[in-house]
Amino acid sequence: MDSTVALYLAILLPLFGAVSIAVLRNHPNLREAATLITSILLFANVCWLVTDVANSATPKIANILPMPASGLFLSLELDPLGAMFAAIASGLWIINSLYSIGYMRANKEKHQTRFYICFAIAISAAMGIALAGDLITLFVFYEVLTLATYPLVAHKQTAEAKAGARMYLLILLSTSVFLLLFAIAWTYDIAGTVAFTQGGILDGRIDNWLAPILLACFAFGIGKAALLPIHLWLPAAMVAPTPVSALLHAVAVVKAGVFTMLKIGIYIFGIDFLEQTGASQWLAWLAGISILYASLRALTKDNLKARLAYSTVSQLSYVTLAMALATPLAALAGALQIAMHAFGKITLFMCAGAIYVASHRAQVSDLNGIARAMPFTFAAFAVGALSIIGAPLLGGFWVKWEIILSADAPEQLIFIIVMVASSMLSLAYLAPIIGRGFFLSATQASDDAHAPKEAPLLCVLPSCISAVICVILFFQIGTLWRFLEPIFEAIP
Amino acid sequence: MFVTILPAALLTQLPILQVAIPLLAAPVCVLLRRDKWVHDFSLLVTAVVAMTSLALLLFVLEGGTASYALGGFAPPWGIEYRIDPANAVILLLVSVSGFLVLLQSRESIKTEISRQKHPLFYAAFLLCLTGLLGVTATGDAFNAFVFLEISSLATYALVAMGKSPRALTAAFRYLILGTIGASTFVIGIGLLYMATGTLNMSDLAMRIPASPHHTVIQAGFALIIVGLGLKAAVFPLHLWLPNVYAFAPMVVTTFLAATATKVALYLLVRFVFIVFEDASFAGMLLMPLALLAMFLASLAALQQSDVKRILAYSSIAQIGYMLLAIALASTQAVAAAWLLILTHALAKGGLFMAVACITLQTGSSSLHDWKGIAKQMPWSSATMVVCLLSLVGVPLTAGFIAKWSLLLAVFSASGSIVLAAIVAITSLLTLFYAGKILETIYLGAPNEQQTTAKLHEAPRVMLATAIFVAAMNIYFGLNGTVLSELSQRAALALSPGF
Repeated sequence: MDSTVALYLAILLPLFGAVSIAVLRNHPNLREAATLITSILLFANVCWLVTDVANSATPKIANILPMPASGLFLSLELDPLGAMFAAIASGLWIINSLYSIGYMRANKEKHQTRFYICFAIAISAAMGIALAGDLITLFVFYEVLTLATYPLVAHKQTAEAKAGARMYLLILLSTSVFLLLFAIAWTYDIAGTVAFTQGGILDGRIDNWLAPILLACFAFGIGKAALLPIHLWLPAAMVAPTPVSALLHAVAVVKAGVFTMLKIGIYIFGIDFLEQTGASQWLAWLAGISILYASLRALTKDNLKARLAYSTVSQLSYVTLAMALATPLAALAGALQIAMHAFGKITLFMCAGAIYVASHRAQVSDLNGIARAMPFTFAAFAVGALSIIGAPLLGGFWVKWEIILSADAPEQLIFIIVMVASSMLSLAYLAPIIGRGFFLSATQASDDAHAPKEAPLLCVLPSCISAVICVILFFQIGTLWRFLEPIFEAIP
Repeated sequence: MFVTILPAALLTQLPILQVAIPLLAAPVCVLLRRDKWVHDFSLLVTAVVAMTSLALLLFVLEGGTASYALGGFAPPWGIEYRIDPANAVILLLVSVSGFLVLLQSRESIKTEISRQKHPLFYAAFLLCLTGLLGVTATGDAFNAFVFLEISSLATYALVAMGKSPRALTAAFRYLILGTIGASTFVIGIGLLYMATGTLNMSDLAMRIPASPHHTVIQAGFALIIVGLGLKAAVFPLHLWLPNVYAFAPMVVTTFLAATATKVALYLLVRFVFIVFEDASFAGMLLMPLALLAMFLASLAALQQSDVKRILAYSSIAQIGYMLLAIALASTQAVAAAWLLILTHALAKGGLFMAVACITLQTGSSSLHDWKGIAKQMPWSSATMVVCLLSLVGVPLTAGFIAKWSLLLAVFSASGSIVLAAIVAITSLLTLFYAGKILETIYLGAPNEQQTTAKLHEAPRVMLATAIFVAAMNIYFGLNGTVLSELSQRAALALSPGF
């Protein structure tokens, strides 16, 4: 198979999947089989691409759709960063599909066909973002992702779900239509191209005082990266069913945001250019503030999913911070964070969903003693939480380590403090959940209907798998690092 | 290749056939009297006209400019019809809109217009089409006035046929304002004629620089701009438009929204760039008006609670975008203006068609009565979604290509970043009012009257046409080649002016 075909397939396979799900809408078992088979095929396809990239070939397709109106054409190109994102999103789609089946059936959710169709389209869009060869292509898929996930957020169709979905759509669409498109057009005007290029395309083409402004247009235009003032959509989107929160709001959607942020830092501005002009210094500060603010907010939330949502806001800003530190080492750490946080957070979300399925409890304060009834779920939760906190022997550790190592300039020392403080804070908001589950005795009398028991197999198994991967990632860090390193190969 | 099939003799007659066919067909409509036939007959006529303008466009794209001397009197003395890519595109837009709108609205005409008026309605419709095509095709300033009046008078009659009594006041108000506009336009042409002794546009362009009557020409220019600005609903001359769109029969609103203001805008462009060749003036005067229109009309659209009025104010704002592109006066910008014209016609035409489908069933275009309607009319609602996304300029719709071209054109003009930021901010407003409509039809809780009434989708043909136009929005969003080539050629045809 030609690897350019694989590029097309990465985007088209989930769409075929969506069609077959629609066709099989009256046969739930076959329908779910379609989702699973598609996700496995997609993952295999992405693995093929990953090996290509590892052999330092970059599959590339220029001009997918004829849109010659002043540079408006679509192109696909795979780089290590995109390959990693595609592999994470497609790999977790398999795990998450298993989980979705367990969760949606156990909860007897309605409109399941619509759910799986939108999910597949969203994955297709995420693949498009990962493989985009230029900003326009990325923008197109970015918008598709927003639109495709809207019905998922509003899935329950209650007033609360609608309000949350409205906030979600409003913030994501308006920031992108207003600022991101503006920034892309501006970039095109300055550089004459918007293709992702090693070393960036803006060096020497933009006045030094304008560069921070352009960066601001990007940083706030990419609403999915959930930087401080525009992070509100993320907690609002937590009204969605847990599988949606898990894959889309811990992996595909938010990761698409920070992935875009990294791409812009590395391939549009260029890390060297950012370092020389200091254009991203303000962004590092804002990201630092986001990290601390969101962690503090997470502490105040009793609702488990809301707590995890704020934790996501905080963890996402690690990537933005890493990019804004403007050293290759830090940027690579940011890329690692995409992977580490994805596996850590999806574990937490799937566990939260499993707890909800098994006991219909959503508040942290209700979780006392529940771990004894659900040992596997809580074990997985503990592993995911430790990875988020950044404990050694788990993947999340390396991110903190690398960011701390790379913040070595005197004026960047403050960010070391931010990282340490953030670790402490995440310990403070995650540890009580585990502690309550394992060590406190149940306070409320549990009636028989809602007596805690282990969640269905399909809810527990996926979270255990992703927890195991968190451990594997710690030991396989060298492989991942070597895979990502070529991003900066061309820079001396 | 389509062009070569036609005999050469017919080919040279295309420019006049274009106008003559609907003009002659209009009285036949009145004579036919049988409303069963009259619709099919008018549909046939518009189909033929659409084919004619397609042939004309293909011919012009291959062979450059087509000039036709009316009655065999050579221009500058006789009336000249002059077709270049710039107006051939508009001709195709107008005639295809005419065809699609008629195709869609057999049912809505039946319900909205009383039966004995049907022959008159179709006659007026064809006359309106004639007028718009004539304005676009002609190369003669006075002839342009004549056709502008034909289309305007027909429009007044068409608007007045609306079911609501307020249609009459809307028509009357439009009549007064439109007549003022037409008067200033014709006085302006008179002044130009006085100063130069010619009415042919290309001839005018040659003589104006040499003319000693500089002040007279300037006065004429000013009057022409005001007159055409009124017809094009350029802010602040837009006051007639919201009521006309809101109270005219749906078929008329759809047709006018897709074509009428754009034809006037085209003529404005031709006068500014070809006759006066004064691009700097355009920038000075039209730019602030464009920006005001984009802002204020979008804000006004947000305030409305009637779908037709929201879309009407949206049209005024969108005309602002087109005017902004025109005011920038570069090939890139004018190409963007033509793209905006074409894609806006697609989006707004599709929107009003969907509105026609829904109002036919609900009998109201107030958002209050549209709550949660998507459940009962999923296809019409989906059409609304696609067209609104195109209006906002979301990627993979035609509107995105136009929005992108506009942004680039604005950036490459000097003093650009602030202007581009304004474009970006106003497109945010577009998103808000589009969102308001979508939220109501998808998420609104139906009110009491609605829950009792069971609604079905509109008749098949109506719905199919609307869906077809929505599909075109997506098709041209995926394949921008055709539209951007056409607009590029159009801009090049006008490029001597800037």
